[in-house]
Amino acid sequence: MYDPTVARLTYRALLGRRRALILGALPLLLIAISLAVRALAGADDQTAADVLGGLALATMVPIIGVIAGTGAIGPEIDDGSVVYLLSKPIKRPTIIYTKLIVAVAVTMVFSAVPTLIAGFVLNGNGQQVAVAYTVAALVASIAYAALFLLLGTVSRHAVVFGLVYALVWEALFGSLVPGARTLSVQQWSLAVAQKVSGNDLVTSDVSLTTATVLLAVVTVLATWYAGQKLRSLTLAGEE
Amino acid sequence: MATEQSTQTPATAPGDTRIHNIGYRSYDGPRLGRGYARLSLYSQSLRGSYGLGRSVKSKVLPMLLFVVMCVPAAIMVAVAVATKANDLPLDYTRYAIVMQAVISLYVASQAPQSVSRDLRFKTVPLYFSRPIETADYVRAKFAALASALFILTAAPLLVLYVGALLAKLDFTDQTKGFAQGLVSVALLSLLFAGIGLVIASVTPRRGFGIAAVIAVLTISYGAVSTLQAIAEVQSSGDAAIAWIGLFSPITLIDGVQSAFLGASSAFPGGVGPSSGEGVVYVLFTLGLIAGSYGLLVRRYKKVGL
Repeated sequence: MYDPTVARLTYRALLGRRRALILGALPLLLIAISLAVRALAGADDQTAADVLGGLALATMVPIIGVIAGTGAIGPEIDDGSVVYLLSKPIKRPTIIYTKLIVAVAVTMVFSAVPTLIAGFVLNGNGQQVAVAYTVAALVASIAYAALFLLLGTVSRHAVVFGLVYALVWEALFGSLVPGARTLSVQQWSLAVAQKVSGNDLVTSDVSLTTATVLLAVVTVLATWYAGQKLRSLTLAGEE
Repeated sequence: MATEQSTQTPATAPGDTRIHNIGYRSYDGPRLGRGYARLSLYSQSLRGSYGLGRSVKSKVLPMLLFVVMCVPAAIMVAVAVATKANDLPLDYTRYAIVMQAVISLYVASQAPQSVSRDLRFKTVPLYFSRPIETADYVRAKFAALASALFILTAAPLLVLYVGALLAKLDFTDQTKGFAQGLVSVALLSLLFAGIGLVIASVTPRRGFGIAAVIAVLTISYGAVSTLQAIAEVQSSGDAAIAWIGLFSPITLIDGVQSAFLGASSAFPGGVGPSSGEGVVYVLFTLGLIAGSYGLLVRRYKKVGL
């Protein structure tokens, strides 16, 4: 189910040349902001939760997820070089599965690790805030990567749709319409984080069981459907 | 070779011993020149920003965003008319700030569309084989995206204004607000177009350009508003909040309009920059616009060859 060559090529596509710099810039910014906040405001649990929840989990994780998830397959389909991959005797679901593993790994490294560092910088993991948000970032990485990888195989405008979901649906509708929060990866991962931290600094609108079930269903379904989609991929010309 | 071609006159020159003379003639009619080429590039890029003259699929997103931008304005007008309110529920200047996600998505999707494909298919040198210069190309693209953004941001204001007049709200008050709103969105259009184009012109990959533009716009806003919220809680003063606001495009516009265009600030605490700080805001905004123009010219000096 896991093909090392495909994985290596995907890593190079995602992190080659200047990509890694841009992917690395966001986490560095988060850590720089945490340092500034710590210097300005001192260690405060509520502030730490605000920064990690508002900046790391709500903005940084989805954007890195979009870049890694769609970037794992989108550009190849876009410039047509995916035919060379598809013409090899590798099962299409295997390709998707391998790319998913790579996308998840990249998203985790570039979002969960800096979240943990930022959490320790902000308040030294007081009340388990840093660990809770790191767990949330890890869980969210899996779901986002699977979701955006599917988008990458379905649409040529995957990045835009991914961003519309992450910014408009989760941020805008999520804050206005309470029902939209049930269908939000961010809230599901917060539910897991709430369980980890065990206090009311981290809260979610979804119960833990709903969240885990939905997370698993979304990840599995998205991966399966992406595999199906790749089996019957049509290559279109540039619009 | 060149001299031979220039002496060669077509058709029946005596003593012409060529086997084939298929009668190529040079064009000696009027030439429309540089200005016309620039205008064509501008109008084509502007049309392209809304998907006109492109495939149906590429019309969907810009048109959808345009509709999403205008619908809340129409709803507000309807509410104002139905409840016979004395004022619109939202200021003209505040509208773009509230709808910033839509504007950011529009810039992110259309700026790479405008420049990245030229880079990817290496058509930029072809443009420069026409009588336009680097600066013409940059100006045409910049102006086209800024105009497209202005259409996107000014249309809902127009809806609000017409609706306000139909609801018989105070004419001078509404006209003043509308004019202030227009100045503010014009500035916003120039700033966003500049930032979007600079980022998009660096990468030939469209998808990557989109992600980079949106990341710059939202992360900077997220970072700035988080820091401002903390500064407010820590009560380190309105000055600190104002200075932090310099570092993201949307708070920059917010600061300019609350200092000079009579807008209420969306900063935490509702206190915008004072007029002294406002001058810095304006200079910073104009500097960013000029800087992005300069960067674009520099970039195309290289890739145009």
